[in-house]
Amino acid sequence: MDRSEGGLLVVRLSGLWKIGKELPASDEVRNEIDKNASVSAIAFEAQGLAAWDSGLLTFLAAVIGFAAEKKIDVRQDGLPDGVQRLLRLAFAVPEHKSAAKTSGDFFLAKIGGAAVDYAKAVTNTVSFIGEIALGFLKIFTGSAKLRWADLFLTIQECGPQALPIVSLISILVGLILAFVGSIQLRLFGAQIYIADLVGIAMVRAMGAIMAGIIMAGRTGASYAARIGTMQVNEEIDALRTAGIPPVEFLVLPKIIALALMMPLLTLYADIMGILGGLFVGVFGFDMGIREYLHETTTAVTLTNVWIGVFSGFVYGIIIAVAGCLRGMQCGRSASAVGDATTSAVVTSIVCIIIATAIITVLCNVLGI
Amino acid sequence: MGKQTEPHIVVNGLTMAYGEKLIQRDLTFSVNRGDIFIIMGGSGCGKSTLLRHLIGLQEPVAGNVNYDGKDFWRADQDERERFMRSFGVLYQSGALWSSMTLAENIGLLLEQYTYLPASEIRKLASLKLALVGLAGFEDYYPSEISGGMKKRAGLARAMALDPEILFFDEPSAGLDPISSRLLDDLILELRDSLGSTIVVVSHELASIFSIGNNSVFLDAATKTMIASGDPKVLLKECQDPTVHAFLTRGSMDKVVT
Repeated sequence: MDRSEGGLLVVRLSGLWKIGKELPASDEVRNEIDKNASVSAIAFEAQGLAAWDSGLLTFLAAVIGFAAEKKIDVRQDGLPDGVQRLLRLAFAVPEHKSAAKTSGDFFLAKIGGAAVDYAKAVTNTVSFIGEIALGFLKIFTGSAKLRWADLFLTIQECGPQALPIVSLISILVGLILAFVGSIQLRLFGAQIYIADLVGIAMVRAMGAIMAGIIMAGRTGASYAARIGTMQVNEEIDALRTAGIPPVEFLVLPKIIALALMMPLLTLYADIMGILGGLFVGVFGFDMGIREYLHETTTAVTLTNVWIGVFSGFVYGIIIAVAGCLRGMQCGRSASAVGDATTSAVVTSIVCIIIATAIITVLCNVLGI
Repeated sequence: MGKQTEPHIVVNGLTMAYGEKLIQRDLTFSVNRGDIFIIMGGSGCGKSTLLRHLIGLQEPVAGNVNYDGKDFWRADQDERERFMRSFGVLYQSGALWSSMTLAENIGLLLEQYTYLPASEIRKLASLKLALVGLAGFEDYYPSEISGGMKKRAGLARAMALDPEILFFDEPSAGLDPISSRLLDDLILELRDSLGSTIVVVSHELASIFSIGNNSVFLDAATKTMIASGDPKVLLKECQDPTVHAFLTRGSMDKVVT
């Protein structure tokens, strides 16, 4: 395709120049120029050119690019008219130097920037929690702007509608606990204590934790996505300018609903888990239903139940606050909504585990 | 309509920035009662940001925004809320609350600020929807109607509390020429019948000339305002090449300097 005649390099273009066909690389021209230091100008001949599209243009743009580097003159008059015009358009506006993002920040500057961002995030979170506290005060004085109809709808969504998935997971967790425990207990012929193991584990901790994790994935994520999308659509701004504080209108009903429903879901999860254990006891180890239930009731004390229910209440608040906080912090794009949802679930689950640890240590210290 | 010339909104030395990124500085202009005031300028020059400052969503870095002679950002919480209640805002995308029907969208504001019974609120909501040509759509959700209808429903919501000032963020963006013309007519009609002051962010030349009687021009390069006044007068008299190019769709050659 290339042929040099004295100082002039003539590039002859022929055939189909379309994206998707195998095109000659611009490197061939570059090599030709590198070999002949005498080349002072490039010209094109396009008689044989059948059809072209952007494939030809990128080739030419590359040639013009490195020709400019070497200060070689490019004569475009041999090219088809359309190509010349498009090339002129492409090179009409010089590349915007300051528009290109600079990513080469100094290492320490990056750490500093991250620290400043983190400090901002902390103040943001604290002021959000403060706003929620003020909102609750307003509920008691009766001036909070929330609609009770919304509250009932929210309760419906995060309570009764969660029952099927909570049933399934809790029964399975009960089954797993029973099977795992039975392997050890059978060694001592103490299968009957499967009931104690499953009962105490479910009621004191697992019921609340499983319900919490399910609700974090199901409801916390949905809150973050819902509020995040409202942020994208300017709906939150519309609430603010209407004089309706979004925290009171959107966040409070969600916190109240989850704080009320999580203890109930926890109790429900406890019962389902015990039922799962019962299946294993009755069908796997020939225990009587009565026998199993009697063993469970003697093992599980009311204190255990209260600890579980209290944990559920705390998890409910954590999930709602994390979901709503991430939603309110959401940026204005589709990917920001995705990030908000992810971050809501991660935050909730991490906080649930931390809260469990704190509650367990406290109970230990207090001797409960 | 009688000429009302008392200043309604006065902006003094307003400087706006996101963090360290300066958007616009030293903006000073005033909007008279009953004006249709256009905020214009090229894309990305901070028109919508200026609007967010005017409606109290973002605090200025310096300068102040006065309504009827009172400084908005130095007022206490109650007074600020009272100001905000006298605003109606139509957002770029309509920003209807998507979990509520159109009637509920309009009714929510009435519920919050009046003690009207539910049936009255419903009637008022229907009336507002009828005003923007959406009678019969009370029980539709925002996702069930077209873009142009969302804009009009947003306008109906903005008018719910009979505001003194209506703010429009790019009302004609995304509308076909006829719908956007109809929206312009509606804006003029509202000004004449309700006597509201209207502030419009726009870069649609047709609508700028047909409705605006006062304006400010923000420039992205110098980061400040470079012209203000009636857009029709600006077209004839403004010597600034940027403003002239904007108002004539880029025919720079007509500039005589």
